Amino acid sequence: MAKTLYDKLWDDHVVHQDENGTTLLYIDRHLVHEVTSPQAFEGLRMAGRKPWNSSSVLASPDHNVPTTDRSKGISDEVSRIQVETLDRNCADFGITEFRMDDVRQGIVHVIGPEEGATLPGMTVVCGDSHTSTHGAFGALAFGIGTSEVEHVLATQCLIQKKSKNMLIRIDGSIPTGITGKDIVLAIIGRIGTAGGTGYAIEFGGQAIQELSLEGRMSLCNMAIEAGARAGMVAVDQKTIDYVKGRPYAPQGEDWDKAVGYWQTLHTDEGAYFDAILELNAEDIKPQVTWGTSPEMVVTIADRVPDPQAESDPVKREGMQRALDYMGLDANTPITAIAPDKVFIGSCTNSRIEDLRAAAAIARGRKVAANIKLAMVVPGSGLVKKQAEEEGLDKIFTAAGFEWREPGCSMCLAMNADRLEPGERCASTSNRNFEGRQGQGGRTHLVSPAMAAAAAVNGHFVDIRNVD
Amino acid sequence: MEKFNKLTGIVVPLDRANVDTDAIIPKQFLKSIKRSGFGPNLFDEWRYLDHGEPGMDNSQRPLNPDFILNEPRYQGGSVLLARKNFGCGSSREHAPWALEDYGFRAIIAPSFADIFFNNAFKNGLLPIVLSEQQVEQLFKEVEAQPGYQLTIDLQQQTITTPGADTIAFDVDAFRKHCLLNGLDDIGLTLQHTDAIRAYEDRRRQEAPWLFNVASS
Ligand code: SF4
Repeated sequence: MAKTLYDKLWDDHVVHQDENGTTLLYIDRHLVHEVTSPQAFEGLRMAGRKPWNSSSVLASPDHNVPTTDRSKGISDEVSRIQVETLDRNCADFGITEFRMDDVRQGIVHVIGPEEGATLPGMTVVCGDSHTSTHGAFGALAFGIGTSEVEHVLATQCLIQKKSKNMLIRIDGSIPTGITGKDIVLAIIGRIGTAGGTGYAIEFGGQAIQELSLEGRMSLCNMAIEAGARAGMVAVDQKTIDYVKGRPYAPQGEDWDKAVGYWQTLHTDEGAYFDAILELNAEDIKPQVTWGTSPEMVVTIADRVPDPQAESDPVKREGMQRALDYMGLDANTPITAIAPDKVFIGSCTNSRIEDLRAAAAIARGRKVAANIKLAMVVPGSGLVKKQAEEEGLDKIFTAAGFEWREPGCSMCLAMNADRLEPGERCASTSNRNFEGRQGQGGRTHLVSPAMAAAAAVNGHFVDIRNVD
Repeated sequence: MEKFNKLTGIVVPLDRANVDTDAIIPKQFLKSIKRSGFGPNLFDEWRYLDHGEPGMDNSQRPLNPDFILNEPRYQGGSVLLARKNFGCGSSREHAPWALEDYGFRAIIAPSFADIFFNNAFKNGLLPIVLSEQQVEQLFKEVEAQPGYQLTIDLQQQTITTPGADTIAFDVDAFRKHCLLNGLDDIGLTLQHTDAIRAYEDRRRQEAPWLFNVASS
């Protein structure tokens, strides 16, 4: 029978299935960070259990780490305890961890692919909703809660029910200035933040094939913002080339065998999808969110929507609440909105390609006077190193951006990087919820080039008009 | 995990769609390495007028009188009535921990975000999906009648209103079984140890690279 990519990945990991479809699913790779794991390790200890296979686990602290000078450790005591707890748990249970002073440290969703610890055909989980990122490799990857982190540590399995299949096909060729980020925001604008609930989404079509692995990661990263359990893209030559030679990637005979298997990881002709959405890449323009949910998104050419034009009273009230929170008037042109801060980073957009795109805009320009802080936070120590080898750090600092150490940073403001109440931010992260980047902070989600362009112009501009 | 069988409790109506887990328990409280004690910081940014940080004496903080949880008539509530896509956003299990620690045992909404839905069951918190119309009707009734209580019977899969109306709801058979008996998932899974080992032996043949460790 013709199968979808999701069907194949699922079937290959079923250990046991009962009559009502509850399945014991085998997990190949488990990524761990400091925020969602302490209670899981504590649970293991209390039950006298050990990890089933500690070599399947890769850990790194990312949420709480400072992005400024780290030589004196973490000054916030609570953050420090959480990071030290991870260090101790990994040491006690024999788990590989890239600690804060390791050049390989970084956001788990950046370092997994970077190390080749994320491979096509794997099941990848992490106590973090953006685990969907790893689906870019033709893997089945999804976020789990802390009880499930403990469950995977103890049993190498999860109790799951299969989701429905959705195909989102983006035909046409990607216009200049449009990125994976714009594509996924346009999708969320179309289907809403609950549009993918109950589904595993496969992204396909010409535009997706044109995307680099980095672009595909940005896309799959935000599948969770569309409510989907997982997002994924079929394996092609680009995927295989990306993986080759990375530390955890197979070698020699294993490599050939692996590639043979990976080449089967695509949806068969005629396979059944429960839902299909089609968009044309040529219609997609640079996206900017205006509200407090990723579905509250328009294009750079638009104006802030008017709640009065909305007939559904529940929606109208939600829009008005968002505008009040964001301090925006209806009908304001998006290009008239001026951020106070600019954040380039997060597991959505902190990879080398993202930094190159932002640097291309920053080169030879200056951060505008009204911007209080523009910061670039690489996703990992290795991304940082690579960027410095290419001289990107110099471009940024010459333009007035701050060049920081790797971590989650102002994506969720668990460390010192945050917005003050009322401050507005052009951010390359993935969530514009109330208070996400600091209490009272106002977030506009954009691509890296759009964020850099906002920094040097002092307001949002259409990246397609910047050369 | 605490068992769930039958519950009668005051209903708290939270009339907002897309309530995300950042709102349920803000990130600064995620720095705790414990599982308990999150209840006083449930909905922290909406519930208090000042900015909350871990370690504060919450009993001394100014309450936001306009937030539903602070209204006298809803004190002691154990059933949360919510709008669509409840629990979206981050995977933090601190969200169900906070709801449970506060005293909620059941949440009724037209839809839930996937990870939150899972996490709730694992913590003895029953998420119930009803239609938009049924939820709308409950909102009307709760607002009209102070002291409004619902009785939720998991075994029977029914909700009974004060007016003696009965609403049936669906629940996955496996999850129902675990909740009724307070079963630990890990213990259940480890009953399949042989099947897991057999799977691994087969995979080691088919896909040996999955079991390799890093080369550096
Ligand atoms: S960068 Fe942001 S979204 Fe990504 S893992 Fe870190 S906190 Fe979560």
